[in-house]
Amino acid sequence: MKKVFTEAAANSKDYQALTEVLTHKTPEAVITEVKKSNLRGRGGAGFPTGVKWSFMPNNEVAPVKYLVCNADEGEPGTFKDRFIINQMPHKLIEGMIISGYAIGAKVGYIYIRGEFRKEAEFLQTAINKAYSDGWLGKNILGKNFTFDLFLYRGAGAYICGEETALLNSLEGKRGEPRLKPPYPAQVGAFSKPSCVNNVETLANIPWIMLHGGEAFAKLGTEKSGGTRLYSMSGHLQHPGIYEFSPTLTLREAIQEAGGVRGGKKLKAVIPGGASAPMLRADEIDVCIDFDSLASVGSMAGSGGIIVMDETTCIVEAALVLLKFYAHESCGQCSQCREGSPWLSRIFQRIENGQGKLADLELIEDLCKNMAMQTICAFSDAVTGPALSSIHKFKEEFIQHIESGACPLKNHQAKRV
Amino acid sequence: MSRDHTILTPKVLEKISHLREHFPVEALTIPLLHAIQDEHGYVSREAISESAAHLGLPLAKVLKVATFYTIFNQEPKGKLHLQVCTNIACWLNGANDLVAHLEQRLGIKAGETTTDGKFSLSRVECLAACGTAPAMQVNDTYVENLSKAKLDDLIDKWSKSECCGICDGDGDGGGEEEKA
Ligand SMILES: Cc1cc2nc3c(=O)[nH]c(=O)nc-3n(C[C@H](O)[C@H](O)[C@H](O)COP(=O)(O)O)c2cc1C
Ligand code: FES
Repeated sequence: MKKVFTEAAANSKDYQALTEVLTHKTPEAVITEVKKSNLRGRGGAGFPTGVKWSFMPNNEVAPVKYLVCNADEGEPGTFKDRFIINQMPHKLIEGMIISGYAIGAKVGYIYIRGEFRKEAEFLQTAINKAYSDGWLGKNILGKNFTFDLFLYRGAGAYICGEETALLNSLEGKRGEPRLKPPYPAQVGAFSKPSCVNNVETLANIPWIMLHGGEAFAKLGTEKSGGTRLYSMSGHLQHPGIYEFSPTLTLREAIQEAGGVRGGKKLKAVIPGGASAPMLRADEIDVCIDFDSLASVGSMAGSGGIIVMDETTCIVEAALVLLKFYAHESCGQCSQCREGSPWLSRIFQRIENGQGKLADLELIEDLCKNMAMQTICAFSDAVTGPALSSIHKFKEEFIQHIESGACPLKNHQAKRV
Repeated sequence: MSRDHTILTPKVLEKISHLREHFPVEALTIPLLHAIQDEHGYVSREAISESAAHLGLPLAKVLKVATFYTIFNQEPKGKLHLQVCTNIACWLNGANDLVAHLEQRLGIKAGETTTDGKFSLSRVECLAACGTAPAMQVNDTYVENLSKAKLDDLIDKWSKSECCGICDGDGDGGGEEEKA
């Protein structure tokens, strides 16, 4: 398997792509190349990056624009941005400078989650080095291009990964998502047109510039270019970060990570971070690209693959996630603010053996009133684990309800 | 003004000075609260009032922000704040047992602080360390691939040491690395 991204990070010279771009390419040419690459956003939504960039107004209409890097990485099961920051900070910085050049932004912000204290210090050191080496600041490489980069630490709020909540947080406000439209490309950070991209998305740009959009596109599927970093966790023999082509199936990905630990059988997989609907063990012969996973009713999301073995109680697994959502809802929309804790309470009583069969209908009903009804997609995300668990593991819920207890309590795999 | 010297010390203000020329004043709120917590361990009501006064912002604005973000402790914490992730990947790897073990060893419940002020214990959400689960954050430092034995060793070490034992003495946690 080609591990172009991680290999290039280890072997290629930093800022080679930037030099190439600033000497030979117009901003329009950079955008064209990124469009050709079929690069899609690695933050979760999978939006085509080149297209997003072309939404940015031109320099005459909007002389001040911002590029914002989303390094909030809070989606449970996802840890690839932390890997990139720790292993290849200059690829991210270089990617941001090139992206800023392409969209006409002279200033970039990296919004990094507050818990990443060490990462923030490390990244700041890398930014300082890039300044002292002349890659950041005024007239980079003697050209008429200036780019400044600022690091901004969040303070512990999952919702700040949502791009408009992030922009509010960057402005010193509560991390509450904004109503759209206007989209960030019209009114973004500090009321200026802004483009928000994920760490991994931006870190891919230097490779695309050096090798061309077509070469990148070829590494992926027809509609999604490039390899991707997958965060593999849960009951795996070898959890960790893996660079895979999205043409791999979920089964193959799990095998690459050593398979299920301790000879246990696979029970369920969450293929794209906590919000992605779970899949049963018999549904894993599906490719791990955006479109294939969407076609089976789940999503590739943030690329966080969470593996659960046969000892896992699905009711409790969903409950763990629902408690998380109940804790993290920003509270603006009533459906989400009230619905998330309500779902969590229903799952808790089922897990405790005090659920009723009617609870399953109540869950369906609640989710119907939460999905697509709110300012942001958080509420939709909550319904991912709630609905997929009751649809795919219905027998297990019924067992809890009818027997009045969790059949798997104290059977769960223990490692510690 | 005299109070400013105890909460908004020159050291605290110095930490945000480099941002002043690049960010509008409201955007300094979160960096200032971070700086206060770095120095004092928590963000008190008084600190919030003083921050609002210092930044020239309405008190409500700063209060709203300070109480939104979970990193800002509204009360003092122990010298070592053990923040154990109990989200999905850590839960699958036994995080609840670890919390129970710590509760027993420290004689406190999650959410509490030991009477000697040395340890606080909390459950937290995903730390983006799921590949090295179970994981926790102790003050600013990640400790990963946890097991009961590893926790016991750490608690023994920390209980003995005079200082918190994890930082390099300047209180910012920039010392010992525990990355796997
Ligand atoms: C609740 C919620 C949480 C999100 N968290 C993150 C995150 O932690 N990191 C991220 O890059 N994108 C996150 N996103 C997606 C962002 O809103 C946005 O789509 C992304 O940063 C755009 O970058 P990309 O096009 O490069 O993927 C989240 C979205 C939602 C609705
Ligand atoms: S679930 Fe614990 S670090 Fe991600």
